[in-house]
This record gives sequence, structure tokens and C-alpha cells, in this order.
Amino acid sequence: METYTMLRTFADSWHLLFMFLFFIGVVLFVFRPGSREVHEETSNMIFRNDDRPAREGDDTAAPEGRGQSNEAR
Amino acid sequence: MWDFVKLAALAAITLFAAIATNFARDEAYLVHAIIVMLTAGGLFLWQLRRVGEPATVHDPGVYMDDVVRAGVIATAFWGVVGFLVGVVIAFQMAWPELNFTWAQGYLNFGRLRPLHTSAVIFAFGGNALIATSFYVVQRTSAARLWGGNLAWFVFWGYQFFIVLAATGYLLGATQSKEYAEPEWYADWWLVVVWLAYLAVFMGTLIKRREKHIYVANWFYLSFIITVAMLHVVNNVSIPVSIWGSKSVILWAGVQDAMVQWWYGHNAVGFFLTAGFLGMMYYFIPKQAERPVYSYKLSIIHFWALIFLYIWAGPHHLHYTALPDWAQTLGMTFSVMLWMPSWGGMINGLMTLSGAWDKLRTDPIIRMMVVAVGFYGMATFEGPMMSIKTVNALSHYTDWTIGHVHSGALGWNGMITFGALYFLVPRLWQRERLYSLRLVSWHFWLATIGIVLYAAAMWVTGIMEGLMWREVDSQGFLVNSFADTVSAKFPMYVVRGLGGVLFLLGAIIMCYNLWKTVTSVGARQPSAAPVAAQ
Repeated sequence: METYTMLRTFADSWHLLFMFLFFIGVVLFVFRPGSREVHEETSNMIFRNDDRPAREGDDTAAPEGRGQSNEAR
Repeated sequence: MWDFVKLAALAAITLFAAIATNFARDEAYLVHAIIVMLTAGGLFLWQLRRVGEPATVHDPGVYMDDVVRAGVIATAFWGVVGFLVGVVIAFQMAWPELNFTWAQGYLNFGRLRPLHTSAVIFAFGGNALIATSFYVVQRTSAARLWGGNLAWFVFWGYQFFIVLAATGYLLGATQSKEYAEPEWYADWWLVVVWLAYLAVFMGTLIKRREKHIYVANWFYLSFIITVAMLHVVNNVSIPVSIWGSKSVILWAGVQDAMVQWWYGHNAVGFFLTAGFLGMMYYFIPKQAERPVYSYKLSIIHFWALIFLYIWAGPHHLHYTALPDWAQTLGMTFSVMLWMPSWGGMINGLMTLSGAWDKLRTDPIIRMMVVAVGFYGMATFEGPMMSIKTVNALSHYTDWTIGHVHSGALGWNGMITFGALYFLVPRLWQRERLYSLRLVSWHFWLATIGIVLYAAAMWVTGIMEGLMWREVDSQGFLVNSFADTVSAKFPMYVVRGLGGVLFLLGAIIMCYNLWKTVTSVGARQPSAAPVAAQ
């Protein structure tokens, strides 16, 4: 089979299916249980660290991160 | 050791450029070889005088903001240059006598037009994207930029690319691909700079001290990666000689056209949309002082946008030799693209819910909101124009130019102005902007300018589209091309005036920002470095 025909057939069958399923997967993942707290935390991250980077003591366990330590307060 | 490697490399480049000057086969290449020679030679001397001096200290406890400040200055500077050239060519369209005979071959419309498009998209927009991405990725990663002076290499390397591109256009070096006009050596240089940019951005993300990667960074990252891919594939060309600027593209015929518009439309999609959406997702919540309306929506917005945009290119090639299925595919994906675009617009606008009063009191947020409004308008207009039957009327007319400008001036321009007004007091530690009144002046001048521009182009575009297709009862065309040209004259004048207003606004912005840095009191440092919550 010609390369063009082969690639085209693959593109409009399996690859299309893959992309569709990947996208559905992303949407399902976004709505997973427990995502609300994570998203709330993440969307508020822009309001800290404005003036200087996080210091060593701030998070010893990066990248698990500052989220936990902030919630603990 | 590293110093001597740099010295040797700079010396080699200077020498090679000197040889290239000698063998240069065309004017553009000659001038570029001289520019490279002088730049590399100057850098050699500068480097030589610094040998043995202690290296710059990169304190990980401080943000690297000097490169962002330089980016802000470059953005404002190239913005004014790009708008000015735009105004000039707008009036050249209205009054062809402005293509002066004495400057023939250098300052006529054909040479200035790519200078205008590249100056506003790549110089103004590109510098805005690099500067804001460096600012945002540091704040949202709580980490200093990775790579030390590599960020400075990105900044100056990008300016050097702009200089090569701009002088090349005026001297006639072009590979005739819209928005990808620079010739092969400039393209190669941009690849080097862009990979360094990717390394700085990725490196900072990797060493971040926050658990999650904030959504703005996703948009910035997709912009950097996709532009690298588009740029390389669309510029696979073989130089005719290493001593000349001319090169021949590897693709041929309709495949070349498809690759070009795959590049061209995704330059719009990832450079002018995804990158600027990254700005939207950081600066609007910051200026409104409330988190983005829906973080879930922002993630879905991101994935839907990048999955759909990449297919929309063929709508630039309706009714051409491109296979029908590809045209239909491009049209279908363009129409579907309306959904994520408006999802993003709603997300940006609704971030203000509960704080709509800020629209009255804060001209900066007003600017950003109008930007998002224009984003919504342009992303409605675009899918509509990609429908084949609509495109049959709109293609090759001024409607397209109007569409591009409502997106570029309204969305990209306004969100960038908003970001600059946000950034300057913070980057220079000023307590406030010099004048909010002047921001309002800028806002209204720019908005009225865009409205004049877009309205004039709608009228003239639809008019010429209808005139081109008008046939009499015998089936003969009624109008000649020249008839449409003379009919368009008044609208061209209005368009030029709109551009003048927009340029005036940008100059007022520069004055305002300059006065902010020079004559507003310094910001009092915050009392204690506790995590502000």
C-alpha cells in the first residue's frame, strides 16, 4: 500500500479513536472524586509567592508541595 | 574554562561572518553577514574584558526579574514600531503615492507588509509572551528561572532574530511563506533560541516547589512546543549556497501549501491564542484578585483547544487544489473550535463574577475584559468565515484582514497592554501606576481605533466580495478589479485613522509606564515574608 494511503487510513481510524478516547479520559479525570479540593488549591496558588521563591523551610518535600502545609494552618 | 570556550566560539563566528561578507551573493546576505560580524566581534571584546571576573550570582531565593523587565521594555518598543509600520502601510493602501520612488525596493508596500506582520506578531507578541511566561512560571512554580544566564540568551537571541528578520524583509530576503518569511539562517538561529527557551521554561517547571502546574503554564508550554514543531516543519529548506540568502523548500505544490497553512493557522492557534490564554489565566485572576471562575473548565478548555486547533489549517485553502476531504475537515474542525474558544472566554469573563464593579473602577481590568470580549468575537467570526459558502464570499477580501485585526488588536493587543500595566509597578517596585486617567485614555483610543478598523474592513470586504461575483443578465462580470479598488478608498482612509488612534494609545501607554518607573514612589516592602493567604 502507498505510504499516503496507509497513513491516511491509520489517521482516520485508530488515531482518531485514540485522540477521542484520550479526550474523554481527560474530561473524566477532571471530574474525578476529590478533584474539587485540588482545583481550589491550585487556582489559589497564584496569590502566594509573589515577591520571592518558596524558601527551603517552606516545603521540605517538594513537589508534594506547600499545599498540605498551607491547609494545615 | 567556559569563558575561553565562549571566546573561541565568538572569534570563530566573527571570522566566518567576515569571510561570508566577502563571498556574499546578495545584498540581504551581505548586510546580515556584517551585522553578525559586528555583533559577534563586539561580544568577543565584551567577553574578553570580563575574563577572570567572578561569575554572575544566581540566588535561588530571588526571582530573576531583570530579564522580565528587559522583555517588558522590548514589548513596548516593538509594539510601537509594529503599529507605526502598520499605519504607514494602511495609508500606502489608501494613497499609493506614499510608495515613494526614492525608496523603491525598500519601503514600498510589499517590503513593509511582512515587516509589519512580523513586528506585531513576533516582536511585540513574542516578547510579551517570553516576558510574561518568565514572570508567570516563576511565581506559579515558586522558583527562580532555571539555567542562570540562559534566560538572557533567550532574550537577546530573540531580539537578534527580530533584527535579522526585519532587515531581511526590507532588503528582499524572503521565502514567500506568510508569517514565515525569514530565510534559512534566521530560521536556524530561531531554532537554537527556541530550544533554549524551552529548556529554561521546562527546567523551571521541573524544579518547582508547588505540587501542581498552574493552568497558565500548560498553555505557555503548549505554545513553546508547538511553535518549535511548526517552525521546523514549515522551514525545511535547502540553501542554494551558504553564501546567499536564497533557499528552496523541500515540499512542493499543494503539499507545500498545506504545510504552510498548517503552520500559518497554528501560529494563530498556538502563538496568538494558546500563549495569550496563558496570560489571560494568570493576569485576569491576579488583577481581579479572585481565582479563575472554573479550574475544571480551564483544563477542558486547554485539551479541547489543542486537540482541535491543529486541524483547522485547511480552511485557508478552500476551493484550491487541496483535496475536498481536507477542506471539509479543516472547516469542520474550525467550526468545532468555537466551543472551547467560548468556554475559555466564559471562564475569563466569569472570573469577575461578584466583582463586576471593578469594571467601573479599574481601567486595567476593563482592558483585559475587552480583550476577552474581542477573543470571543474573533473566535465566533473565524469559524463562520471557515464555512465554505461564507468563505466563497470572504476569501481574498478585506474581511479577512478585518478579522485578523479584531483578533490581533483587540485580543492580543489589549491583553498585553493589561499585562504590561500590571507588571511595570511590580517589576520596578513602584507603589502604583503613574496615571489611571491615561490608562483610560489608552483604553478608549484603542477600542475606538479597533472599532473603526474592523467596521471599515467589514464594509469594504463584503462590498468587494459582492462586486467580484456580480454578473449581469448575460452572465458577464459587472465590475473590473480596479472598480473595487476605487470603491474601497473611503474605507481605507477610515482604517488608517483607526490605526492612528490605536498607535496613539500605545504611545500614551509608553509615556505612562515611563513615568511610573521614573516618578512614582517606591513600594514599601511587605512587613514580613510570611506566606500570604
